[in-house]
Amino acid sequence: MAIQDYIRQRFFPHLWCPGCGHGIILNNLLHAVDELGLAKNDIVVTSGIGCSARISGYVDFHTLHTLHGRALAFATGVKLSRPELTLIVPMGDGDALAIGGNHFIHAARRNIDITAIVMNNRIYGMTGGQFSPLSGPGILATTAPYRTIDPNFDVVELARAAGATFVARSTTYHALETIDLLKRAISHKGFAVVEILTQCPTYYGRKNKEGEAAEMIERYKHITAKIGSKALEENPALIPRGVFVEVGRPEYCEAYEEVIVRARQEVAA
Amino acid sequence: MARKVRFVQGNEACVEGALYAGLSFYAGYPITPSTEIAELLAERLPARGGRFIQMEDEIASMCAIIGASLTGNKVMTATSGPGFSLKQEAIGYACMAEIPCVIVNVQRGGPSTGNPTHVGQGDINQARWGTHGDHNIIALTASNHQDVFAMTVEAFNMAETYRTPVVLLFDEVIGHMREKLLVPEPGELPLVERLRTSVPKDVDYHPYLPREDGRLPMSDFGGEHRYNVTGLYHDMWGFPTSNPKMVSELLRHLIDKIDNRVHEITRHKEHFLEGARYVLISYGASARSAIHLARERRARGERIGVIELQSLWPFPREMIREKCREAKAVLVVEMNMGQMLAQVRAAVADPEKVFLANRVDGKLIAPADIKQVLRVIQGRGV
Repeated sequence: MAIQDYIRQRFFPHLWCPGCGHGIILNNLLHAVDELGLAKNDIVVTSGIGCSARISGYVDFHTLHTLHGRALAFATGVKLSRPELTLIVPMGDGDALAIGGNHFIHAARRNIDITAIVMNNRIYGMTGGQFSPLSGPGILATTAPYRTIDPNFDVVELARAAGATFVARSTTYHALETIDLLKRAISHKGFAVVEILTQCPTYYGRKNKEGEAAEMIERYKHITAKIGSKALEENPALIPRGVFVEVGRPEYCEAYEEVIVRARQEVAA
Repeated sequence: MARKVRFVQGNEACVEGALYAGLSFYAGYPITPSTEIAELLAERLPARGGRFIQMEDEIASMCAIIGASLTGNKVMTATSGPGFSLKQEAIGYACMAEIPCVIVNVQRGGPSTGNPTHVGQGDINQARWGTHGDHNIIALTASNHQDVFAMTVEAFNMAETYRTPVVLLFDEVIGHMREKLLVPEPGELPLVERLRTSVPKDVDYHPYLPREDGRLPMSDFGGEHRYNVTGLYHDMWGFPTSNPKMVSELLRHLIDKIDNRVHEITRHKEHFLEGARYVLISYGASARSAIHLARERRARGERIGVIELQSLWPFPREMIREKCREAKAVLVVEMNMGQMLAQVRAAVADPEKVFLANRVDGKLIAPADIKQVLRVIQGRGV
C-alpha cells in the first residue's frame, strides 16, 4: 500500500514544527508496518502526551491518545485483553522515562509484547523547551538557564537492565536502518524498545546552537556509529547504533494463558 | 437448584457481584482495606477465561482497565483512599473519553495514609470532584452484603448504559464484616451488555455521535472500525478539536447525560419513614446504626425513620427535599465532617433543621452516638 493509505489525511496538516524529526519517524514506522504486511485493523497505537504522542492521531489504526506518561499502562490493558493485537507505543522523553519511567521498567520486566518507540529529542517540546531526563548535563533549556546538572538515562542500558528482550537505537538520519529496526522490533515476541534520536530544531537546536534542522540531522551521522563498526572501535565516544539486545524470554500474555489453564485444572479437580 | 447461601466479607460480596455482572478484566494494586477483592479475583478470573493483572501502581491499574474496556471487556479496579487519589487523573480520562469502568473505593480513615485498617467515609466529595474540570460521575454504596452484591451489578449496568466510570464507595466495616449473602441465580438480576454499533465495516463510524436517546454505541478496539480516543476535547470522530461550539457541546453532553437522568440513576431505601417527624439520612456502615436506632424508637412509638442512600452521586436533591418536607428535624449520620450534610442542607427547604451525627475517630458510629445528638435536637438535654 502507499504510505498515504496508512494516514488519516482528514486530520492533516500535522502540528509538528518545520524540521521536526517526528515526521521522519512517522514515515519510517508506516514503512515498517507496510513492509511487514500488517493489517490496519490488527494494530493499536497507544500514546501519551507531548509532540511525539500526536502520532497516534495521524495514523489509520486503532488509536488511543492517553495521559502523560501512561501510554504503556493503557497499552498493557489493551494487549492483555486482546493478545492477538499488535501494540505500538511511540513516546517522547517525558512519557517514556520521566513521568512514565515506572511503567517503562515494569513493561520491560513483564516482557509484554509491546513495541515502545522512544523518540529522544532531549527536550520537552510541547511545553516550550524544558530539559528532560534524556538531556544530560551541560545543556541549555528554559528550566536550565545556567545549564543542566542532571545526568541523563541511557535508554538502551535502562531497557536492558529492566528486562526488555529487544533493544535497539537509531536516528532520524538513518531512516533505512530505522525501518529495519522497527520491523524487527514489531516482529519480536516480547517487550521491544527502539530509541530514535530525533532533532528538535525549534527548542533544543536553537537554544544549544546546533543549527538548522538539516545540520542537526547530519550531526547524527557524525556522533553515532554502528555496533561492530571500525569507526566505533576507533572512537568509543561515538553513540552506538543497531541492535543491543535480542533474546527470548517468556512473553507475559502467553504466560497468562498458562495461568488460565492451571486455574481451570484446579477448578475442575 | 437451591440458591447459593454464602457467609462472606463485603469485599467478597463485591467480587461475587462483579463476576455475576460479567467482569472479565481486573487490574489492581494491593491496598488495605480493599486487597481481598484483588486476591479473590486473581483466583476466580482466570478459571473463567478472564484476565487479572497486578500492576506496578494505582495509576497503571486505572489506565489498564480503561485499555481493556476499549477492547470490549467489563472492567474493574479496587482501591482505598490514597490509591483513589492517585487514580483521579485517569478517572477523568474515562469521563472525557466515555469509557465504561467500575472503581471500588473501600474507604478508610484519611486524609493521607490516615488509618488503613479502620473505617471512614471521608471520600464522598472526592468521588464527585476528585478529578479536575467539569465532569459528572455516578457513585453507589451499600450498607449490607446483599446490597453490596446488587449495587456492584448496578455499577456495571450503569457504566455500560451511560458510558461512564462508576464509583462504588464502600467502607472498611462493610468490606471486612462477614454476613450472609444469597447469590442470585443467573438471570435473576438484569444485566446491561455493551451497546455496540450497527454501522457496517468500511462505513464511517462516529464513536462520539450520540443516538437520539443519548446513548453512544461502541466498537471494540481491534474490531472493524478504526477510530481515535483522546482525553482532549474531541469531535464526533474522537479527533482533537478546539472548535468552541464542539467543545461546548461536548462538555454539556458529559454533564447532561447524567444530570438529565437523576431519577433513573439514583437509588435509596426507606426504613420506618412513614409519618416520621425525625428523619435520619445515612449510607454505608453508618446506615446500619441509623436503622437500628429507628427500629428501637419506632417500637416505643416514636415517629422516626431512615432514608438510606444507595447512590450518592448524582445527589437525589428532589427526593430528599420531598421526603424531608414534613420532618421536624433531619439528622445526617455519616463518618466524616459533614460531606453529605452539606448536600442535604442544600436540598431541603429549611436547612437550619438539618443536623449532623458523626464519628471521625476510626470507630464505627454507634446507635448511642446518634442518640446523643438526637437528645439535643429534641431538647432533652445533653
